[in-house]
Amino acid sequence: MIASVRLVGQFAVILLLFSAVAAFANRPVYRQVPEGSAIIVLTFVHGADRKAECRRLSAEEIAKLPPNMRKLQDCPRGRRPIYVELDLSGRELFRATLPPTGIAGDGHSRVYRRFVVPAGQYEIAARMRDTPRTEGFDHQRKETVTLVSDQMFVVDFRAESGGFVFR
Amino acid sequence: MIGAIRKVFRYGFEWIERPLDRLFGPALNPVAQLGALGFFFFWIVAVSGIYLFIFFDTGIERAYESVENLTQYHWYHAGVMRSLHRYASDLMVVMLVTHMLREFAYDHYRGTRWYSWFTGVPIIWLLYTSGITGYWLVWDKLAQYVALVSSELLDWLPIFGEPIARNFVATGTLTSRFFTLMVFMHVAVPLFLLFAMWIHILRISRPKMNPPRTLAILTLVALVAVALWNPAVSQGHVDLSRAPVAVGLDWFYLPLYPLTDLWGNGAVWAFLGAFSLMIGLMPWLPPLRRARPAAVDLAHCNGCARCAEDCPYEAIRMVRRTDELPFPTEAQVNPSLCVSCGICVGSCPSSTPFRRSAELKTGIDLPDYSLRSLRERTIETAATLAGPARILVLACEHGGGAGHLTGVVPLPCVAMAPPSLIDYVLSRKLADGVVVAGCAESACFHRLGVAWTEQRFAGARDPYLRARVPRDRLKTIWASALETGRFERELAGFAKQVAAISAAPAPAPPPQPATSARWPASARMPEGSVP
Repeated sequence: MIASVRLVGQFAVILLLFSAVAAFANRPVYRQVPEGSAIIVLTFVHGADRKAECRRLSAEEIAKLPPNMRKLQDCPRGRRPIYVELDLSGRELFRATLPPTGIAGDGHSRVYRRFVVPAGQYEIAARMRDTPRTEGFDHQRKETVTLVSDQMFVVDFRAESGGFVFR
Repeated sequence: MIGAIRKVFRYGFEWIERPLDRLFGPALNPVAQLGALGFFFFWIVAVSGIYLFIFFDTGIERAYESVENLTQYHWYHAGVMRSLHRYASDLMVVMLVTHMLREFAYDHYRGTRWYSWFTGVPIIWLLYTSGITGYWLVWDKLAQYVALVSSELLDWLPIFGEPIARNFVATGTLTSRFFTLMVFMHVAVPLFLLFAMWIHILRISRPKMNPPRTLAILTLVALVAVALWNPAVSQGHVDLSRAPVAVGLDWFYLPLYPLTDLWGNGAVWAFLGAFSLMIGLMPWLPPLRRARPAAVDLAHCNGCARCAEDCPYEAIRMVRRTDELPFPTEAQVNPSLCVSCGICVGSCPSSTPFRRSAELKTGIDLPDYSLRSLRERTIETAATLAGPARILVLACEHGGGAGHLTGVVPLPCVAMAPPSLIDYVLSRKLADGVVVAGCAESACFHRLGVAWTEQRFAGARDPYLRARVPRDRLKTIWASALETGRFERELAGFAKQVAAISAAPAPAPPPQPATSARWPASARMPEGSVP
């Protein structure tokens, strides 16, 4: 009898512990952003132009190269950085010069940023410069959107689609 | 500073463990079986995972539906398995954290134990990676949250060409190939985890990989009961156009995820790096100062292998004989694994204080606390005893008896005392009674000292305590360093009992040789006496 009571006690202790574990397995609920907010995500992967054009090597320059590494042109690998702007109803949300990735600086520039904003109607403007120009922009898009609560609004850039993509 | 923190934790564990000792008994105490329970939960997770995989569809469109199907329509088998999978995984985290804290509290992570501690660090990473990849597979809102935050964390590291998180912010960017990859990771990482768990216990002699059967059954039944009471469910299908803003987090696996919002990804990585580094370096902060390792005296070693059998640290192995004595093997000590606990000295059949050689020697001995010095110290301490019951205490330095002020012979571990030492003390009338005081039964500092002592006294393990030793004059007290009050009470009770025996009229001497017991064999064995 005492052994069975003891067994019940042991079971009760284990059950209590496991119940506590099960309770914390999905509670309390975590709220990532305040209620009534939407998230704007600016993200793209895009390669700007090379820093310089390919240059044809002279005969002397070619002769100086090791025989197994001779080539007609010298094409610098490095890419230019990309300048990007994101405005929300005229308010500056993001400004950045995105360097190319990779050790040699020849990879695509990339960005992934989240912005939490109150739900509502906004004019979203995205602009990008990916050429040697210093004034104006090579790509831009402006649109008025209505963001509902919990919406994930993505500002992407796809060169094959002609520029910025809002979705 | 670290010592003070350790002491606080130790008080905490004592406060939990001792009542559990009384309810479960030392052998079944779950807090003393954390590692074994960790393995047990791993196998539950593995078996339930294999079962769930039968029903799981790895397609991007069908993953969520397949999980919902098994949860809703096959709840009585696959649904229960899902809950077992989930809660056993959570319990693995609970076991891991508690196990780590307990080993820290009891100072079981320094010295030669650095290896098990250090190899435990990758286990933390692998366990968390296993669990987190599992959450992605359900492909519900929690999975979306986990996928987003995990990929944003990974994207912070400058090793990926394209941000992984881009895959989880818009529909149409993910393919079923992603799920194939995640399934592969969720299978492969736990295999690495199992491998790491094996490495973790590699240097432990007689590791506890399975909990006692009763505890295992109780655990499994309780887990099934919780699975039926509170089944694991999904949190709604993923919608990549909506942010997973409110999710029921698994706070065992994902406690750091909210910190990415508060601190930022870089700070979370810094925290993880600093935490891992600190945990990894803890065995040397500060390093444990050790006595010189045990040394074998070949002239007294007959290669019986008892020391190798009893060593809790795998520090002794039997090798081919290197001298001319006619025995096939001899003991060899690995100094880097030896902690000088002296258990090998207590197990050696040559370790008998009755030996009359000019200098008492044994097959294996501690250079800093030899058998000879133990005998001398025992004789000196016994000489200080007085009163109606002269009680000599052979006390483990980690247990409750070490703090007693008089009549104590401290030992690195109670199992260092060969049973013949007790025979020696009582037969030579150096004391009227002997108390062997070790650590709490479920928390032996050297893991096996209490068990070996009990088995030797019970005649179940070499070297036996001789039958002639009067058991009513011998008592074992297993009390932790924080149970000095109980130790003193039991000691006082035993002293009274011995005084009563000593005061009783001596029976007529039996027709026995001079080496027989000097006390009445018919005396009743009191509670707490060894068998």
